[in-house]
Amino acid sequence: MTAAGSPQGVAARSRRTVQLERRLDVPRWLPYLATLGAVAFALLVSAMILAAVGGDPIRSYLHIVDSAFGDIGVISDTMVKATPLILTGLACALAFRMRLWNIGAEGQLLMGAWGASAVVLVPLLPPGAPALVVIPAMTLAGFAAGALWGFIPGLLKARLAMNEIIATLMLNYVAALWIAFWVFGPWSEGGFQLTAQFPREAWLPRLTDLAAQVPALGGLTVHLGLAFALVAAVALWFILRRSRWGYEIRLTGDSPPAARYAGIDIARNTIAIFMISGGLAGLAGMAEVSGVVHRLQQAISPGYGFTAIIVAYIARFNPLGVIVAAILFGALILAGREIQPAGVPGMIQGIVLFSLIASEVVLRYRIRLVRG
Amino acid sequence: MTSDGSTAPLAIELRGIVKRFPGVVANDGVDFDLRPGEVHALLGENGAGKSTLMNIVAGLYRPDEGEMRVDGRPVRFRSPRDAIAAGLGMIHQHFALVPSQTVTENVLLGLDRPRFLLGLAKHDEEMAALAAGLGLKVDPRAKVWQLSVGEQQRVEVLKMLYRGAHVLIMDEPTAVLAPQEVDELFRTLRAMTASGRSIVFISHKLAEVLAIADRITVMRRGRVTASGIAAAGTSKGDLARLMVGREVLGSVERTMFRPGAVVLSMRDVHAENDKGLPALRGVSLDVRAGEILGIAGVAGNGQSELAQVVTGLRPFLGRIEIAGDVAERRSARDAIRRGVAHVPEDRTGVGSAPNLSITDNLIMKAYREAPIAHGWVIDVSAARRMAESLKDEYSIAAPSIDTLARLLSGGNLQRLILAREIESKPSLLVAVQPTRGLDVGAIEAVHRLLMARREAGAATILISEDLDEILGLSDRVAVIYEGLILGTFDVAEADVQELGLLMTGGTGGLPLEVAPILPGVPGA
Ligand SMILES: Nc1ncnc2c1ncn2[C@@H]1O[C@H](COP(=O)(O)OP(=O)(O)O)[C@@H](O)[C@H]1O
Ligand SMILES: [Mg+2]
Repeated sequence: MTAAGSPQGVAARSRRTVQLERRLDVPRWLPYLATLGAVAFALLVSAMILAAVGGDPIRSYLHIVDSAFGDIGVISDTMVKATPLILTGLACALAFRMRLWNIGAEGQLLMGAWGASAVVLVPLLPPGAPALVVIPAMTLAGFAAGALWGFIPGLLKARLAMNEIIATLMLNYVAALWIAFWVFGPWSEGGFQLTAQFPREAWLPRLTDLAAQVPALGGLTVHLGLAFALVAAVALWFILRRSRWGYEIRLTGDSPPAARYAGIDIARNTIAIFMISGGLAGLAGMAEVSGVVHRLQQAISPGYGFTAIIVAYIARFNPLGVIVAAILFGALILAGREIQPAGVPGMIQGIVLFSLIASEVVLRYRIRLVRG
Repeated sequence: MTSDGSTAPLAIELRGIVKRFPGVVANDGVDFDLRPGEVHALLGENGAGKSTLMNIVAGLYRPDEGEMRVDGRPVRFRSPRDAIAAGLGMIHQHFALVPSQTVTENVLLGLDRPRFLLGLAKHDEEMAALAAGLGLKVDPRAKVWQLSVGEQQRVEVLKMLYRGAHVLIMDEPTAVLAPQEVDELFRTLRAMTASGRSIVFISHKLAEVLAIADRITVMRRGRVTASGIAAAGTSKGDLARLMVGREVLGSVERTMFRPGAVVLSMRDVHAENDKGLPALRGVSLDVRAGEILGIAGVAGNGQSELAQVVTGLRPFLGRIEIAGDVAERRSARDAIRRGVAHVPEDRTGVGSAPNLSITDNLIMKAYREAPIAHGWVIDVSAARRMAESLKDEYSIAAPSIDTLARLLSGGNLQRLILAREIESKPSLLVAVQPTRGLDVGAIEAVHRLLMARREAGAATILISEDLDEILGLSDRVAVIYEGLILGTFDVAEADVQELGLLMTGGTGGLPLEVAPILPGVPGA
């Protein structure tokens, strides 16, 4: 049976041990601190890995900072990268708030790009239509195509209780192949895997377009899509914090049985959230084709829709936090082009996500160092 | 310390235990001792510090100050493993069992032996023998998910005994049990003390403590208010005073019964439970304005489903009219609009959103309408004003209206739910187990609120397993058994024996389950 000596043995020994105690109250500032800590920790670990493989972490980091924020030109480039990340990050953050795991922002982005391109390439508008007509039409089409791509898993989830993770993941492939079909086939430009360049009227205005009036803006490629993203973030923040509908989302996200008890139509909200989430991601796709690439091609996104998941997590699903996190990751993507080997920013991203998830422990438990 | 003259050392001896959490001193210089072979009840309101104290004994928490001895030897536990090695086993309110495994597998889980081959058959027999020795009815081969809560609790007991525990600490073991299971648990506890083991029995229910304990220690706000007093010769009133710190009235005042028009009328209502089995099999009921209709019955006879069909949360067949208005199929939204308020059985899972603030929880039913809603926007300052005034009016004890609901104690959470439901000025109030798990002070407050609603002319359905509560509050009692209403009585004319009989389907003599909750009825 029990060893009689063991309790005394325990008493005799004395050393420091770590003990976890369940936390009942989470101070308001703690989540922010935990996030900062996790990011710092991730950077430290990445630095150690860099050092271990013979790199110079300090130089690498300085280089990342320099190539992302070094001058107004690269800051503009960073913002260009951050724009689709903000929009897809919002898409994820919104869905995650209601605990709907939409990991299909990538596919929804692609569909949005396709929808916006269709306005120009089908064409849905008579040739020569002014930008004031073309741009809103593309915006609408991009949002609608993304929303449709969100509607499908939303409906499946709401009516048939189908797992949305599987559905959205698979739809990513469908969307990629759909784009491939159009750029290889009907819309192919001279047999290349890309479409013809859009006419000027279909380009989102950029700062550099104003260079004639303000020479200092020359070469700054940041485009109106950034404004879309910022407006969307503020609007979403307001909706979640202040609107009746936002309240329903927060309530459903925290406790679906309580939401049902409060008379909330969860199925309807599920579909609506998926559509808005898809629409936001679609807007990112529209902004990419109309603001950056000016044509549809296969490699329209380096995985913005997947990075968006990490962005949403870092922001702890807060729309305003998404802006900050997206700029950080925009910088990492940009630096990825500069740094050798280019995999470093990807590694940092991964480690950040892991640290972030691990940091949840701090929110749930008090960690105490005690004398054994 | 051993006043009974025995020479055996104390099973547990705690001296000056202090445990602080951020903002509270959960245990403030607590002394406690457990004699071998006794049942020692630890009594106190929610938040008194009972669980914290015993979590320290079980090695889960470490005291900030104080000393602990087991069998006379000083100990300092680093983990629950150390405590179990010293023969102390604690059974928590939430069980730690693996649903897909058998009873035997669960008991063996985490042990060093058997190392590789389980040899389940051999161990099954061992378990059966161990269980039989104490009159514990468990089938070692059954999978845990097939077991009732009471049976699962027995598995936890078995787990501790198999690990050689000679001290068993049970944290509010009866909170999850049906009355007849309580009886069985008490028999098991008796059998265990007879075999020389000792038991710490945590509870806030006076009747229970008096029924099972040899000695009682009462805690209030982290301190001991009565240390190891003998249960014999102590009255409920004494204990209530020690526990609450003031005089507690046994029952609430009630005014004349002046029933008005029929508010709820159910005819031949059928419904299924979550497993798709028939739960209501043709229920017909009328509830009038200004009346409380108590639904008496043993848990699981259709009470939950009854509440859910009335509040629009469960589909049904048959006819339900609210204020003369028929609907074949209702929704929760529709029920809310018609003035049906619901105090649900599951307060943390259904009745509140744990990670939202008190304010957000209080507007759960009111957020669609003025003054909280302003078109599609929620008027945050109006919501906060309402929350502040409800927090005061219903004495919800919390640092602020921004406090998260999950940080509220059971009694305060129930006050929050009642505040919200009553504030909607319902014409029909459905209250399910409104005082389960609450301490005397909180129970009294809840009873007062229900009575006040009745005065105001609301129709109320009170579903409770506590027959005392039903008889104390209701104007009429309906007995539910296997989805059927077996009879409805005016409370003044209701005969306790007959009610008890009906609650078990009207067979046999006086049913066992009524015994522990009715004063003056000789036990089995
Ligand atoms: N892990 C914890 N962190 C912070 N406070 C706690 C923790 N556990 C308990 N408390 C607080 O300590 C007090 C005593 O709680 P508890 O021991 O659970 O009381 P009881 O079991 O008597 O209801 C309460 O005020 C409770 O909020
Ligand atoms: Mg407790």
